[in-house]
Amino acid sequence: MRWFWLDRFTEFVSGSHATAVKCVSLSEDHLDEHWPSYPLMPNSLVAEGMAQCGGLLVSEVYKFSELVVLAKFAKCKFHGDARPGDVLRYHAVIEQVKDFGASVTVKGDLAGRPFSEAEIFFARFDADSTEHTKGRVLFDPADLLKWLRIVGVFDVGVRPDGTRLRPEDYSYLCQTSSV
Amino acid sequence: MSTVSSKADIFSKVQEALVDALGVDDEEVTPQATLQGDLGAESIDFLDIVFRLEKAFAIKIERGELFPEDILTNSEYVEDGKVNQAGLKRLKERMPFADLSRFEADPNVQNLGKQLTVQDMCNFVEHKLAA
Repeated sequence: MRWFWLDRFTEFVSGSHATAVKCVSLSEDHLDEHWPSYPLMPNSLVAEGMAQCGGLLVSEVYKFSELVVLAKFAKCKFHGDARPGDVLRYHAVIEQVKDFGASVTVKGDLAGRPFSEAEIFFARFDADSTEHTKGRVLFDPADLLKWLRIVGVFDVGVRPDGTRLRPEDYSYLCQTSSV
Repeated sequence: MSTVSSKADIFSKVQEALVDALGVDDEEVTPQATLQGDLGAESIDFLDIVFRLEKAFAIKIERGELFPEDILTNSEYVEDGKVNQAGLKRLKERMPFADLSRFEADPNVQNLGKQLTVQDMCNFVEHKLAA
């Protein structure tokens, strides 16, 4: 199983907000395995999708180069079930950013109806380096770049002034060495 | 607004921030309650609390301002896991809002976070608003 819990960004504005979609498919293993005979997407994985949507938005603020990790869900609510054939849309908004982390709200909707909502906090470990975290990153730059391309960050990503986000603007993504 | 109602207003907003950040009930957030011991705050919750206090009071809280971890990790101020006299002096300068008398009795580094109370949070906000 690949740990991709959103399929594509449809909007990505640096330092501000992003929208991503997740198409729920019967071919995904977890639908079959969660409740036999009643396939649905576990809300824990919806939460992960919301965190990936907000997390990539926050990581971009730190130029995708630092150890940004999901610290906590301060709030998380769900209003229904996501079934095969459904399309979930996650909308993340950065509320606050500091050198040591960021807070993000993410709202999910399904066919225009509210489906989920969360307040998520991300911690930036580079601001608090220890022997264990100093210089550590979560992703190999090539793998991260591949993921960002697959989910369309550079197809739709812009800065607030409307200029496009480009991979070459992020020095970490342009590194070729593995971590 | 009188000073008394200001304090009440500060407590009310701090209480709301802690209820939201820590998932505790209103009545658990008393002035004497300790954040870690009584309310179950973990280190990561302090990030959440800082964000909520900034929003509630329209203030900016710099890193280490509420909890000066840089002092607690500085070998100049810590010996054998305990904050020395120079460190205590620095802590008092940096944390004029906190009652450190209990901490002074046993200045083990781990104790500082455990002894921070809701009242200390209120004092911190009051201190910030007055600055």
